[in-house]
Amino acid sequence: MALGLAVLATVHLAALGASFLAPYAPGRQNRTLPYASPTRVHVVDGAGHVHLRPFVHALSEAPGPGGAYEEDRSRAFPVRFLVRDDPEPRAPEGRLHLFGVEEPARIFLLGTDGFGRDQLSRLLHGAQISLFAGLLATVLSLATGWLLGTLAGFYGRWLDGIVMRAAEVFLALPWLYLLFAVRAVLPLHVSAGQAFLMLVLVIGLVDWARPARLVRGVVLSARERNYVLAARGFGASDLYLIRRHIAPQTFGLLLTQAALLVPQYILAEVTLSFLGLGVSEPVPSWGNMLAALQRYNVLASYWWMWAPGLALVPVFLAYFSLSEALHARVGPASP
Amino acid sequence: MAWLARRALHGLFLLLAVSILSFALVELAPGDFFAEMRLDPRVSEATLRALRARHGLDRPLPERYLRWVASLARGELGYSFAYGSPVAPLLWPRARNTLLLTATATAVAWALAIPIGTWWATLRGRAARHLLGGLFALLLALPDIVLALALLLLAVRTGWFPAGGMVSLGHEQLSWSGRVQDVVRHLALPAAALVLAVLPVLVRHVRASMAAVLDAPFVRAARGHGLSETRVLLSHALPAAANPLISLFGLSLAGLLSMSLLVEVVMSWPGLGPLLLEAILARDFYLVLGLVLASTFLLVAGNLLADALLLAADPRIRTGAR
Repeated sequence: MALGLAVLATVHLAALGASFLAPYAPGRQNRTLPYASPTRVHVVDGAGHVHLRPFVHALSEAPGPGGAYEEDRSRAFPVRFLVRDDPEPRAPEGRLHLFGVEEPARIFLLGTDGFGRDQLSRLLHGAQISLFAGLLATVLSLATGWLLGTLAGFYGRWLDGIVMRAAEVFLALPWLYLLFAVRAVLPLHVSAGQAFLMLVLVIGLVDWARPARLVRGVVLSARERNYVLAARGFGASDLYLIRRHIAPQTFGLLLTQAALLVPQYILAEVTLSFLGLGVSEPVPSWGNMLAALQRYNVLASYWWMWAPGLALVPVFLAYFSLSEALHARVGPASP
Repeated sequence: MAWLARRALHGLFLLLAVSILSFALVELAPGDFFAEMRLDPRVSEATLRALRARHGLDRPLPERYLRWVASLARGELGYSFAYGSPVAPLLWPRARNTLLLTATATAVAWALAIPIGTWWATLRGRAARHLLGGLFALLLALPDIVLALALLLLAVRTGWFPAGGMVSLGHEQLSWSGRVQDVVRHLALPAAALVLAVLPVLVRHVRASMAAVLDAPFVRAARGHGLSETRVLLSHALPAAANPLISLFGLSLAGLLSMSLLVEVVMSWPGLGPLLLEAILARDFYLVLGLVLASTFLLVAGNLLADALLLAADPRIRTGAR
């Protein structure tokens, strides 16, 4: 659990600090360097001298067909830390980056994509979208599910009937189909910011039924506890009962559910963006970065284009270990 | 039997509710298929009005629903504007392909999950159990997109399997057995992607329910009577562990259908998934509606099958005692 939390904290901090950690802006193109492999960082120069400061060489297209690149060994560009890039309207002094090299050399630690954009920078900026879309959608889905489940469990009768029948209808649909159907009726061409909000709303609101059912179960049993009945006997209002006695019973369940839902929703965002229904170019998301792999030549030739997919693995592992630890501590997610 | 009939009726009600819900969703959405045409200067306002009137898009909502239900009754499922044909004939071959893919994947996944899970539950060594646990945790953490793409890479790199599609060129000329072989070769990779994606979940559940049963007194009694270990597992432990697993069978179908949507698109398997994506991009709402209904129908039918299995496996349900 400690390891899982550490991984998640690192990944999310890295995503938040993307503009500092990434050496380039995510949209910055180098049209002469498409699909460059990860830049080699040297310590030993051609004459056999060891440099304390690592350096890179500038790249240029190698003669002949095939899109290979060769290093220009005549000049070394040392890797500098805490560099500022060119001024721009929103950052008059230039943005601060953790590391970088002088032009015309470039440092692409994870290679470049088809437009010569730095994969590492895009990966970090894409994490902001993909990871936080999952988190926000989870908050939304749990909030909706909690509200409906609590109301249904607490007031029972016709309200319970309506909410549970509706939940059954939602659960009868394969959820990705439902997600796509909802996405289908929304406008296709939207800006990246709108797309992000739309994805969060759609993913979060489509999947309220499962949390609602689980919360309802907990509320149903909590409602009949003696101390709740006693508080009711003393004249406590419904709001007070829910706030003080019922809601705290459901928090453990919500936490365990959250650890299960976040990876699922991250994957939902990635899937939608992968298929061109989510966040669109040039703004990076892990989904639309992976979309380049739909072309066979990219799939087979450029292994660094897999980076966003592989980055998902430690994140998911961390969430799974978290959910198992929570499961053992606060009880099962599904009673 | 009455219980099964009740479940079937319940499934029908669900389908009806889903149809109303998704119809409302699609109809209340802003814009329609012809909205995109408005941007085209060659299409006049009058033409658009005429097109809308021809397809009944200018009528009030309840009337459109009734028209749509009437077309359901005729077996047409509405009209696809992009293809210019009723939805049903577009849908059936695709639904059949999705059914072929998911049914194969389900069968293979369960055929693997039950022995592996049982074996895992009976493992004694700590190291082996942790190794297996770690392996399946890693498999679980591999996103299905990466899984599908990795299998596609295998096909592209090695050429052992065809990369995408369902039939080769010249499929029609093959003999009957040649055609079956051809489809099986194309089926292997998408089915493998689905199997690998659901296997970790299934195996963990099989292990959990077997482990719960293996400690039960009746299993120890069976062992004490000197029955062989295989006999104990197969005819005593497995039937007792079956009930939660059959419920999981229904749930796993839902997961598989969702995953097959993505796998079909990545591996260009001509199922419901690619058609849904096309329909969304073309804003062909009735086709989307038909596809959602078809997928729901597959899921409801699968759940009914799970119920029938439960009825066969659990005598408590047969006698009505709960």
